[in-house]
Amino acid sequence: MISIKELRKEFTVEDKKIVAVDDVTLDIKRGEIFGVIGYSGAGKSTFIRLLNGLEQPTSGEVFINGKRFSHMKGESLRQARQKVSMIFQHFNLLWSRTVEENIAFPLEIAGVSKEERYDRVQNLIELVGLQGREKAYPSQLSGGQKQRVGIARALANEPDVLLGDEATSALDPETTDAILDLLVDINERLGITIVLITHEMHVIQKICHRVAVMEAGRIVEMGKVLDVFQNPQQSVTKRFVSQLTGVKDTLPTLEMLFDNYPSGSLIQLTFVGKKTEEPILTELIRNFQVSASVVHGHINETKDGPYGTLIVHIDGAESQIHEALQFLQSIDVKAEVLSNE
Amino acid sequence: MNEQTSNETTSFIEQIFPNVDWGQMWEATYETLYMTALSTVFTFIFGLVIGLLLFLTAPHNLWANRIVHFLTGAFVNIFRSIPFIILIILLIPFTKLIFGSIRGANAALPALIIGAAPFYARMVLIALREIDKGVIEAAKSMGAKTSTIIWKVLIPESRPALISGITVTSVALVGYTAMAGVIGAGGLGHLAFLYGFQRNRPDVTLVATIIILFIVFFIQWLGDTISAKVDKR
Ligand SMILES: Nc1ncnc2c1ncn2[C@@H]1O[C@H](COP(=O)(O)OP(=O)(O)O)[C@@H](O)[C@H]1O
Ligand SMILES: [Mg+2]
Repeated sequence: MISIKELRKEFTVEDKKIVAVDDVTLDIKRGEIFGVIGYSGAGKSTFIRLLNGLEQPTSGEVFINGKRFSHMKGESLRQARQKVSMIFQHFNLLWSRTVEENIAFPLEIAGVSKEERYDRVQNLIELVGLQGREKAYPSQLSGGQKQRVGIARALANEPDVLLGDEATSALDPETTDAILDLLVDINERLGITIVLITHEMHVIQKICHRVAVMEAGRIVEMGKVLDVFQNPQQSVTKRFVSQLTGVKDTLPTLEMLFDNYPSGSLIQLTFVGKKTEEPILTELIRNFQVSASVVHGHINETKDGPYGTLIVHIDGAESQIHEALQFLQSIDVKAEVLSNE
Repeated sequence: MNEQTSNETTSFIEQIFPNVDWGQMWEATYETLYMTALSTVFTFIFGLVIGLLLFLTAPHNLWANRIVHFLTGAFVNIFRSIPFIILIILLIPFTKLIFGSIRGANAALPALIIGAAPFYARMVLIALREIDKGVIEAAKSMGAKTSTIIWKVLIPESRPALISGITVTSVALVGYTAMAGVIGAGGLGHLAFLYGFQRNRPDVTLVATIIILFIVFFIQWLGDTISAKVDKR
């Protein structure tokens, strides 16, 4: 669907060269929700703007639906953009237009007749759940409603791809979840490929199939969301993952725990899928001569099932602890012995 | 009002303004309104075009072009800096060429428009700069042409500022018409100068001033009302 090859974008600011996107190669499948996560300044916005030609690459190529998007110009670029639409962090609605007029705008651009425009706008308003607000102006809407208008507008010309640049970053957590649900709904019902840029792990966890981690213009890690969560390789990724598991937040207590439990081990267990529901700890205590107490626990729902982290303190004979660990490995639970170094 | 009270009012007005020739006064009022209205319309058109040109040719913008941007900017700054009374004098040959005379309401128009359009263009530029860049970007991402962006984004999104700008300009134009009147363009300024000042009839000057005040207040009220009405932010 989207094929990105050795994409690079440099900016020159006051004779200084900034590499915003550095040699990115990746493929995004049709119907996929693909997330790109990175801290501010990582080059995410530049990357997504390269996808719809708002920015031209210094080198490399972007193919969408077989069309070479990079280096496209004029009328052909404008036509192609109608099939690759975008939603924005700050919604970017025209304040001078009502909800329905905003949604009709891309249809006007595409030259759709007035009658057809009307019908399509009504359908879109229903799709995003804005019935009754058709005549409202953006200033009369909440953030979540504004983003719904943004989404309806983006879907107006029946695009193949929907790009979102921090589409939920200006929203409160509840509204974020509602908008993310809407995006999943659209993805499933209309089969639209979605590319989301974000700095929030929550967004990735909740709706993305695959994730790419971006740092200093490069994709440093990429894979299925659960795999990346379970097995983060890079330190940036680990930091993002800890955003969710909350391990970082409990670190002071962790240090206290090391003081409190001079013997035994503190183990971080990472569960994936069904195993979170199985009584692993019970089994552990039953089968091995160890004591186990939960120090910290956290479970997240991701698109491919639950994902959980548990920190337990296991005490007992060295050999028993060792066997307990091996048991955990054997049932596909990732166990990591925490140390206080 | 019945006829009797109306007559009484009339005679009362004649008492306090003995020198005012009302036919002449309404004629002058009409000329002032004519000059103001026409010059406002043309100033709006030219100012908008020049303002858009300044905006679009600025660096990183849709028609980014340093030369055109520089030349347009220079034109605006030069004509904005010339005092109006000097501009009128400078434009005498030009006016003669077009209208064959420098007298009458039409003859004032070139100076009024050339004096006010750059002033308004500057305000248009400020109004356009206020537009959220993200909205322009959104339109681009939808595949909008530049002409679509101009007509459906830039102008509608800056409407309140464009209207309050033309209101201020139009009020200034009322003042300019009065100055143009002094060199023979007609209107209330001409009347006040020729009859009120030169022939020492202060009541004429007073009435002309009051009418000008009403015109200015009306323009300001109209501008404020429309501007508030189109502002949906
Ligand atoms: N138009 C531009 N001109 C110059 N530098 C830019 C431009 N756009 C982005 N950059 C730079 O590129 C880098 C990446 O920016 P951006 O893509 O906005 O990152 P992110 O969206 O991840 O925060 C930053 O260092 C930023 O300053
Ligand atoms: Mg960004």
